[in-house]
Amino acid sequence: MKAFTTLTALVAPLDRANIDTDAIIPKQFLKSIRRAGFGPYLFDEWRYLDRGEPEMDCTNRPLNKDFVLNQAKYQGAQILLTRENFGCGSSREHAPWALEDYGFRAIIAPSFADIFFNNCFKNGILPIVLPAETVDQLFQEVVDGYQLTIDLQAQTITTPSGRNIAFIVDENRRFRLMNGLDDIALSLQHADKIKSYEVERAKRAPWLFKDA
Amino acid sequence: MAGKTLYDKLWDDHVVHTEDDGSCLIYIDRQLLHEVTSPQAFDGLRLSGRQPWRIARNLAVADHNVPTTNRDKGIADPVSRLQVETLENNCKEYGITEFDMSDIRQGIVHVIGPEQGATLPGMTIVCGDSHTSTHGASAALAFGIGTSEVEHALATQCLVQKKAKNMLIKVNGKTGPGVTAKDIVLAIIGQIGTAGGNGYTIEFGGDAIWSLSMEGRMTVCNMAIEAGARAGLIAVDDTTIDYYQGRPYAPKGDDWNMAVRYWQNLRSDSYSGDLFDKIINIDAAGIKPQVSWGTSPEMVVAVDANVPDPTKEADPVKRQSIERALQYMGLQAGQKITDIKLDKVFIGSCTNSRIEDLRAAAAVIKGRKKAASVKQVLIVPGSGLIKQQAEAEGLDKIFTAADFEWRDPGCSMCLAMNADRLEAGEHCASTSNRNFEGRQGYGGRTHLVSPAMAAAAAIAGHFVNIAEEA
Ligand code: SF4
Repeated sequence: MKAFTTLTALVAPLDRANIDTDAIIPKQFLKSIRRAGFGPYLFDEWRYLDRGEPEMDCTNRPLNKDFVLNQAKYQGAQILLTRENFGCGSSREHAPWALEDYGFRAIIAPSFADIFFNNCFKNGILPIVLPAETVDQLFQEVVDGYQLTIDLQAQTITTPSGRNIAFIVDENRRFRLMNGLDDIALSLQHADKIKSYEVERAKRAPWLFKDA
Repeated sequence: MAGKTLYDKLWDDHVVHTEDDGSCLIYIDRQLLHEVTSPQAFDGLRLSGRQPWRIARNLAVADHNVPTTNRDKGIADPVSRLQVETLENNCKEYGITEFDMSDIRQGIVHVIGPEQGATLPGMTIVCGDSHTSTHGASAALAFGIGTSEVEHALATQCLVQKKAKNMLIKVNGKTGPGVTAKDIVLAIIGQIGTAGGNGYTIEFGGDAIWSLSMEGRMTVCNMAIEAGARAGLIAVDDTTIDYYQGRPYAPKGDDWNMAVRYWQNLRSDSYSGDLFDKIINIDAAGIKPQVSWGTSPEMVVAVDANVPDPTKEADPVKRQSIERALQYMGLQAGQKITDIKLDKVFIGSCTNSRIEDLRAAAAVIKGRKKAASVKQVLIVPGSGLIKQQAEAEGLDKIFTAADFEWRDPGCSMCLAMNADRLEAGEHCASTSNRNFEGRQGYGGRTHLVSPAMAAAAAIAGHFVNIAEEA
């Protein structure tokens, strides 16, 4: 997993609440057995005027000119600014994979759906929760295309005018993200504890341990 | 000693290790696998050279991509076929039990878990699928996870979690005629919103919940995720214990007796309130049959109501989403719900494809035929065993006599990853759980309803107030 320390990048504003995972990556793309290559299909139904299919070459597809990611001033954006409850719906990790593959490294919103939020951290994406008023203000500021600097160590966002906005990320997640650590390796450091838990649990609930 | 909620008990029973910041390593008793969210997890295992921690705690089934007709001919779509074959190969390689397409036990992952007794009260249960919340109906802590976590659970039999807060939703009293578990949960989501449960585990309680069958309880917990909660729970009672008696994977003999003693404690120590961070009381008698009109499960009203008018909404963000939804759905503000005409009807999904759902649908249509204006009615049982049971009861005959199509088990038109789908602009009365844009097919328009409502709508060609007819 890519580590996340600081990021200075263009912001793309996506002004909609309750953006669900079907909108982020429509289900026909979930048929892939790979983990990469979802970026061209991110927000497929909003981004293109035709219907996308897996493995399709997107270079010549008709674009929805009104959709924010298709506007010239937001090309190369790595920070997504959006509204409440972003990522609701399914648990598909294809949603953060598509966002990451497209190039997004951070998402700013007043709130996120729980599973999506969790999945972001497993994929080197930083989801940042800010108060709705702050998000509102950012929406007003970004219209002409502007950059934010995100510092995960300091937990601050700096706007072009030099204003600092503080945010909070849970300590454990911040540590893992900043160091790009593999969760499984970290958990396996507790292998002995897992084994002794199993021994102790098997006394209380033997029926759970009879099939292996 | 202060009391505990059901969630507290389940959590405390599974903590392996606690970090300084309060995040915990939680032991996972059962992982369910399906073809869509597991291939990359198995790849990850292979790449790192790791083995599953406890192979027999995993159970796999293909459900999302499987065809619901002509099974013997295999899967026509090569991309779908590859995904299903990849699951088979991965299960073979690692020695994981899989119910393949030809197995009578095959079905939707959240239907077969309880049906087999593979998911039991008191367990922690995960699956790379958000509707894993379904299994909470049996007082199991069950929640959906992403693919990285599927790999994590395979490799360590644990997950890193932070405890959620406790919410109690109490549905008090008795429901009226024509009101089912589905209507209860849709009404709840309509009230608290799709983000209402974010950060919480919701325990559902109150007489209207406790008097539901296991099937009804599963319908309610299935949609906890639609209310934003990763997990829903319902306490153990005799209904729960009776349901599991004799299931293939359920404990036997002395183990059964010991399990029952343990399960009987799986309820909150008090439902009066002081144990929960948040309590919502709902009057069951006030719930009417529900129909969703928009593109989010919270966009739902009673069948005798009208489509909302965005100009009456003060909040600009909400007003905009109502306008967008009406446009997508091709509906007029103020239009009567009963005037919405249907093109297709889908009865199935992990929300409503169990035997009780099929019986409820059959009871409505007996002796009648689908409206000529309705192009297709799909009945997709949740598992091969449910299909068998329904046929033994003669339900398939009732459906086919009404010109409904009787299909093989799978997710089918719940998310249209197989060949069953809506065409652009079509309105569908669906017993599934999500009405997102494009969910049932590109441009398709989904109305979430109960099986009885879906069947009645198939006959009439539009929604009907089944509370009055009942
Ligand atoms: S029936 Fe629908 S909601 Fe349930 S697991 Fe299948 S696709 Fe998901």
